[in-house]
Amino acid sequence: MTETRSLEGRAPTERPLSPHLQIYRPMLTMMMSILHRITGFGLYFGTLLLAWWLNAAASPGAYARFQWFAGSWIGRLILFGYTWALIHHMLGGIRHLIWDTGRGFGPSEREWLAAANLIGSIAITIILWIFVLLTMGSSQ
Amino acid sequence: MSGPKHIRTPLARVLGRGAAKSGTEQFWHQRLTAVANVPLTIAAVIILIALLGRNQAAVAQILGSPAVAIIMLLFIGSMVIHMRIGMQVIIEDYVHGESAKLTLLMANTFFTIGVGLACVYGVLKLSFGL
Repeated sequence: MTETRSLEGRAPTERPLSPHLQIYRPMLTMMMSILHRITGFGLYFGTLLLAWWLNAAASPGAYARFQWFAGSWIGRLILFGYTWALIHHMLGGIRHLIWDTGRGFGPSEREWLAAANLIGSIAITIILWIFVLLTMGSSQ
Repeated sequence: MSGPKHIRTPLARVLGRGAAKSGTEQFWHQRLTAVANVPLTIAAVIILIALLGRNQAAVAQILGSPAVAIIMLLFIGSMVIHMRIGMQVIIEDYVHGESAKLTLLMANTFFTIGVGLACVYGVLKLSFGL
C-alpha cells in the first residue's frame, strides 16, 4: 500500500494549491458557464412542479389547487424563474453543442455566443410571459 | 530513447473504457439527450401555452391525447436521463467526502427515477383513465 506519508511516518505535509476561481477577473463566458450549471440545478428540482401539474390534471379539485398555486404571487415568480432557466439552459446547451463540433471558439465568436445566450433567454422569456399574462388575463 | 509508446495494456486500449470503467458513455448520453431535449422542450412549451386558461377537463383531454402524451413521455424520459447525469457531475465536482458523495449519488438516482416515474404516471393516467 502506498500512503502519502513522509519516510518518518508523519502526517502528509501541506502542499500549495493551485489558484481558484476568485483570482480571475469575471468574464462573460465564465459567468455563462456558471449560470448554465445553476439553471440546470434549478431545473432539476423544477421537475417536481411538472410532476405535480401532470398528476393534478386528472381531478378538478387537485387541478384547482395547482391553479391556485400557479396564479399566486410566489407561484408566478417560481414559474417565471423556471421559464427563464429552461430557455437559458436550452440556448446554453445549443451553444455547447456548437462548441462540440469545434466551431465558435474564436475570441469574438465565443463572446458573441455568450451574449446571444443571455439576451436571447431574457427576450424569449419576456415574450412568453407577455403571452401567458394576456391569455390568463382574458380568461379570468 | 526507445520505450513503450503506451503504458496501458492492449486490452485497456481496445476497450477504451478509461479509469472510470465506463468509457465515454455518459459524455455521449448527455449530448444525445441534449439534442433530443431541444425539439422536445420547444414542443412541451407550445403544448403548455396551448393549455393556458383552459379548464381541467380540457387540459386532461388534450394532455391524454395520443400525440401530446407521447411527446410529453419522450420529453420526460430524455430530460430525466439528462438531469441525472448533470447532477452526478455537480456532485462529483463539489462533494469530496466519500460517504457523503455516495449518499448523494444514490439520492440522485432515487430522485430522478422517482420524479420521472411520477410524471409518466400522471400522463398515462390521463391517457388511459386509470
